[in-house]
Amino acid sequence: MSKIHVTSTVNGDPVEFLADPRESLLDCLRDHLELTGSKEGCGTGDCGACSVQMDGVLVCSCLVLGVEAQGKKIDTIEGMAVGTDLHPLQRKFIEHAALQCGFCTPGILVAAKALLDEQPDPTEEQVRYWLAGNLCRCTGYDKIIRAVMDAAAEMRGAN
Amino acid sequence: MRYHTPTSFEDAAAIAAGASGKTRFLAGGTDVLVQMRAGMTTPDDLIDLKHIPGVADIVKLPDGGWRIGVAVSGIELGRHAALVADWPGVVEGMQLVGSTQVQGRATLAGNLCNGSPAADSVPGMIAAGAMVTVTGPKGSREIAVEDIPVGPGKTALQPGEIVSAITLPARGTHAGDAYLRFIPRTEMDIAVVGAAVSLRLEGDKIVEARVALGAVAPVVMLVEAAAKAIIGTTLDDAALEALAAAATAAAKPISDKRGTVEFRKDVVGVLARRAARIAYDRAKGAAK
Repeated sequence: MSKIHVTSTVNGDPVEFLADPRESLLDCLRDHLELTGSKEGCGTGDCGACSVQMDGVLVCSCLVLGVEAQGKKIDTIEGMAVGTDLHPLQRKFIEHAALQCGFCTPGILVAAKALLDEQPDPTEEQVRYWLAGNLCRCTGYDKIIRAVMDAAAEMRGAN
Repeated sequence: MRYHTPTSFEDAAAIAAGASGKTRFLAGGTDVLVQMRAGMTTPDDLIDLKHIPGVADIVKLPDGGWRIGVAVSGIELGRHAALVADWPGVVEGMQLVGSTQVQGRATLAGNLCNGSPAADSVPGMIAAGAMVTVTGPKGSREIAVEDIPVGPGKTALQPGEIVSAITLPARGTHAGDAYLRFIPRTEMDIAVVGAAVSLRLEGDKIVEARVALGAVAPVVMLVEAAAKAIIGTTLDDAALEALAAAATAAAKPISDKRGTVEFRKDVVGVLARRAARIAYDRAKGAAK
């Protein structure tokens, strides 16, 4: 099985890796680029724990092949904080204790950021629908939704 | 597994026609990758169609219709205001498929070729009278969407053939469409029943209609008797009752964990009625 040389941009940095064409982008991020923030929950696009943005579009990285990332711009949870400055969503998740085991959190943060990028003032209903593909098995969703709404409010105030 | 990135549908068809093992085409991948992951299929040749020029485009045709590339995602459909204005029912069907993440990748063509009788985008396309271009080793042909699925997971496509574009007809004036599905949750589920209606009015009277039903037979069905029940009417209560009865009569569902035969036959009538009402209001120019 010959591997394919892939070059792409991950969190603003040019990267290259050798991918077996059967490997998912999630496999490649975790195993070849050592970016283990994106998690594999289901591997079939149901849970959203592997959410990343590809050319600005929110996708499950388990439903993208690594070889499809050729020439693409990938943004993962590792690119969300600027240095040691957490993104407002990250801070609000801590403040609201919007996580328990934390496994779903990277995917939810990436998905919520994608929402706020295009809709800075979402309703609670919009947040809940947008995040319907991100499953949490610990806490229930209420604190998560509150954290996203609070982060959105803060970010609107900051702009 | 060999990964191919052809730059024309002819080349893609030639790769598939020349392959000796199992072949899969890759557009959004939201079904193919799941099947690979589950071990249901391990293609020897995976042919990625996204390097073919035009596959990500939505093009308004000179006759007023639309050509939709096979790699256009649900999100891109939803963002195309002019397409949504013409065919809201088609777009709302596609947008019911999966999550936000899945919408970033999933395509009309993939939803059709996956062959599920519960595919949410397919009734809307059939009601709309959508056609697909099928490209194979012997050239291209146009096929009505309702002639693509032939059974659960099975399509009329021959080895080496690919859907290379989807065409929606010109919407014209005083017309509307709608799709509704029943699921026990609000999101992220597979249709227990689906119903799509497209119609055109002259004054208050329906002069054209197409009704398609999902998840109540081995394939999504175009039901002429249901359309006939409302053509020539003003969608009054009697017409709505006749529509529901025709939809219920046409349905040939199975009982499974998601719904029983009796439930599906009843609900398909309800949804057909409601979808017709929405399509009628849209044709009248009402907001919803």
